[in-house]
Amino acid sequence: MLITVKYFGLIAEITQCENESISFANEPVLNLLELLYVKYPTLKDKDFQVAQNKELVALETIITGNEIALLPPFAGG
Amino acid sequence: MNRYSRHISLKEIGQTGQNKLSKARVLVVGAGGLGCPILQYLAAAGIGTIGIIDFDIVEVSNLQRQVLFGTSSLGKNKAEVAKTRLQDLNKTISITAYPERLTHQNAIELFNKYDIIVDGSDNFETRYLINDAAIITNKPLVFGAIYKFEGQVSVFNYNNGPSYRCLFKKQAQNNALNCSEVGVLGILPGIIGTMQANEVLKIVLEIGDVLSGKVLVYNALTLQNTILKINKSEEEIHKALRERDSFSLKNANADCNFESNAISIKTALTKENSQFIDVREIHELPKLETLKVTSLPLSDLEHQLDKIASDKEKLIFCQSGKRSKQAVSILNRLKITNCYAIKESVLDIETYLKETHNDN
Repeated sequence: MLITVKYFGLIAEITQCENESISFANEPVLNLLELLYVKYPTLKDKDFQVAQNKELVALETIITGNEIALLPPFAGG
Repeated sequence: MNRYSRHISLKEIGQTGQNKLSKARVLVVGAGGLGCPILQYLAAAGIGTIGIIDFDIVEVSNLQRQVLFGTSSLGKNKAEVAKTRLQDLNKTISITAYPERLTHQNAIELFNKYDIIVDGSDNFETRYLINDAAIITNKPLVFGAIYKFEGQVSVFNYNNGPSYRCLFKKQAQNNALNCSEVGVLGILPGIIGTMQANEVLKIVLEIGDVLSGKVLVYNALTLQNTILKINKSEEEIHKALRERDSFSLKNANADCNFESNAISIKTALTKENSQFIDVREIHELPKLETLKVTSLPLSDLEHQLDKIASDKEKLIFCQSGKRSKQAVSILNRLKITNCYAIKESVLDIETYLKETHNDN
């Protein structure tokens, strides 16, 4: 299945895009991240939370939705 | 004509709602990019009691986005200048300025004096401190944060809702991008700050849907709003509550431990056997041309320890003076001694070097 992965803030700077389509399904979020770490090695050191279909989920969650988002914390004020 | 007639004529607010606003007590932490618009609209709306805590002074680079200040404010404390400006905007409300740093020691007592806490701070340490103190004092927390062209808004700890720790569990490790030196579109904190002020009014007036259990992410370049649902983590909230008794014993800000290791560029230049270390990221400018400098970005510091001369005094600088202190604390933890953080920003160091060069 083709899923859309959305990136925010610093994460989008690393990936050089705000979203992309990746073929992935029925595996945990962690496995998707492993895939992304290969593509974007510096992503590994960054803090972020993962949302599936606009709801934050744990890394063990099996991906069944079609939209994943990677949200880093912002510090600025 | 009544000052609040435009509020009162709204059936959702009316005189009853306006009275609620005048009875409300709101504390704004940070009178910077977010704090200025938040404070401006809260004061204009007639929030009856406003507290402003900020230890920082107004600098010229703040004026691009911190709209309560002018050139006459330069060098003055932000909380105090903001209070003067806001009191002129609305003399019927009570405003207290706290020209000090929010710490684990003063947070609980201060939060207890207010009904709603608004986070307009600019670093992760303070954000977690505000979150934990809001949990302990059981106050709703209106959160906002920005990064370059993007912002986040949420309301935490509202009606037993999730907290900041439910969204981002652990404190971010990479503080290299804490500083406002990263750059930010000046209008962005205006947009995010007014969204925060709007949430405060909704909470007080009990109208609309409060942004609790959700985080809104705004992108100023694409005008896209994304709302993500946050699930409450009882474990995270209990963790904060369990620390209630020991809370005031904690060190509020890692920075303050290392004041003794902070020196001026003038003193730094008198040291003979020394190594100047730039802990900024490689791309950051300006570079100091007239000084022999070792580049060791904070984000990779621990992996490049071999570049540090163990027999020399380490003189560390960065863009603002913030990361240099963090670098000293990291190196001290790794038992690397004789490290000093240069207090001045790289721009001030550059100016000083030019001036002393011209004098010779």
